[in-house]
Amino acid sequence: MKKEFNIIANLIKENSKVLDVGCGDGELMKYITENITSDIRGLEISKSNVQKCIEKGLTVIEGDAEKDLKQFPLSSFDYVILSQTLQAFLDPENVINELLRVGKKAIVTIPNFGYWKVRIHLLFQGTMPITKNLPNEWYNTPNLHMCTIKDFVNYCNKKNIKINSTNLNYNNLFSQLGIFVIEK
Amino acid sequence: MNNLNKVKKLIINKPLKLDCGKTISNFPLAYETYGELNEKKDNAILAFHALTGDQFASGINPITNKEGWWSYAVGPNKAIDTKKYFVICANVIGGCMGSYGPSNINKKTNKSFGTEFPVITINDMVNAQYHLLEFFKIEKLFSVVGGSMGGMQVLQFVSNFPDKSFTAIPIACTASHSAQNIALNELGRQSIMADHNWSNGFYQENKSPNKGLAVARMAAHITYLSKKGLQEKFGRKLQERDDLKFGFDADFQIESYLRYQGSVFVDRFDANSYLYITRAMDYFDLTKQFNGNLSKAFEKSNTKFFIISFTSDWLYPTSENREIVIALNSLGKDVGFAEITSDKGHDSFLLDVPDFLNTVKNFLNTSYKKINEKRI
Repeated sequence: MKKEFNIIANLIKENSKVLDVGCGDGELMKYITENITSDIRGLEISKSNVQKCIEKGLTVIEGDAEKDLKQFPLSSFDYVILSQTLQAFLDPENVINELLRVGKKAIVTIPNFGYWKVRIHLLFQGTMPITKNLPNEWYNTPNLHMCTIKDFVNYCNKKNIKINSTNLNYNNLFSQLGIFVIEK
Repeated sequence: MNNLNKVKKLIINKPLKLDCGKTISNFPLAYETYGELNEKKDNAILAFHALTGDQFASGINPITNKEGWWSYAVGPNKAIDTKKYFVICANVIGGCMGSYGPSNINKKTNKSFGTEFPVITINDMVNAQYHLLEFFKIEKLFSVVGGSMGGMQVLQFVSNFPDKSFTAIPIACTASHSAQNIALNELGRQSIMADHNWSNGFYQENKSPNKGLAVARMAAHITYLSKKGLQEKFGRKLQERDDLKFGFDADFQIESYLRYQGSVFVDRFDANSYLYITRAMDYFDLTKQFNGNLSKAFEKSNTKFFIISFTSDWLYPTSENREIVIALNSLGKDVGFAEITSDKGHDSFLLDVPDFLNTVKNFLNTSYKKINEKRI
């Protein structure tokens, strides 16, 4: 069990309605289903991951978050989760707006480009950082829009997005991941 | 088709008002069941067949002596597991496997109805099959499931009876028959009607429009396959010959295959039924039934949906299946969706496509478990 899943799951109130955007193989959904709420579904672009979710007995909609979030009505979920995929979208700003429209609250996690190991890698090696959370080379990474925790906080402030930071540690230097609960 | 007297039939006494305005009563609905209805009567699945299907979804069809049309999906330990679920499948009205259709005898004339049979719709088919619930004393079905025209019936069923099924699986279908769909059906109908034997629909059993019906089947069969599937299976391979014969015999394997498909089809299907059922599909427009807003069709329902399409299906493509997903999502309904990779075209839902069969199996089994957990 990834530690991140535990933290995310603890942010969700029991019996609430949840959408996991980019739910991958459904591990997080499965954990939440078993422990927090069964009213959860996922949106996933990869066919093989969709099959993995179905094997786990999860409700999944095959689709593209950049195009398909618009079919959900305003505030139709209590929580919308976006776990480590924001940086891979062509238009992350649009996705954030859609998350905040569809969900009453959005839980967003990002791989932190400001993490000290990332900084040191770039400083001393002079090459694009490769870490546990950022395992790809520059030429094959799906990550188009890397940001740091500080960048994300600045963005939210600029756009008047509320960050509900209770129990969250977003120390820009020492965190590999930023985990945010945001709302409009 | 002489053994049709032996198939199971429910005689529906209650008058059924059809969309065309006519009312029918005292009519037969042929059906078959698989598995056993449990004591709680909560394990029933109503499976709807496609254009040329019938009530014999699984096992050996006693009329044709061939495997049932959905044998890959329905049976013991299969995706729709008959050890667990009670599967009911009925021949649609307008059909020719024992249900009320144009080949039935019109008591007023003592001849087949032919084209005097009333035009029926998907809505009429579903309303007739609803009587099966009363007959088996099933308060609520566990699932309604079907592909192609069967999928259309699934959509219509949930719309007509919003609280009569816990789950629904429409497969490779559409909420509204497209111009292309109508065009292809019209091609088949014209082929039948151009056969001299058709005689405006009043043909004798020993002089039926088999040529026209065979050509209709050949044309339709092409639409059920993908270009890639055809190319891989047949390519330009020659039929039992080393070279072209410079004539119009079946030089190519694909020609021979289509001719064979056409010839076996006429043995089991009635040409007038083909006209009536394709017409019902063409008239299907659930979106229009709700004044252009498909979501309204599902507004009153809490049925849990799973929608399935196939990558190589160009007859009912993913985009049209996705419109149903969008309509349900816009209401915040419980819906799952998967597009299955397959190069077997529209026919994929009838074939051994493991990802498809697993999807159905997992959705059904998980949903059934959840329903039972809630009860406890």
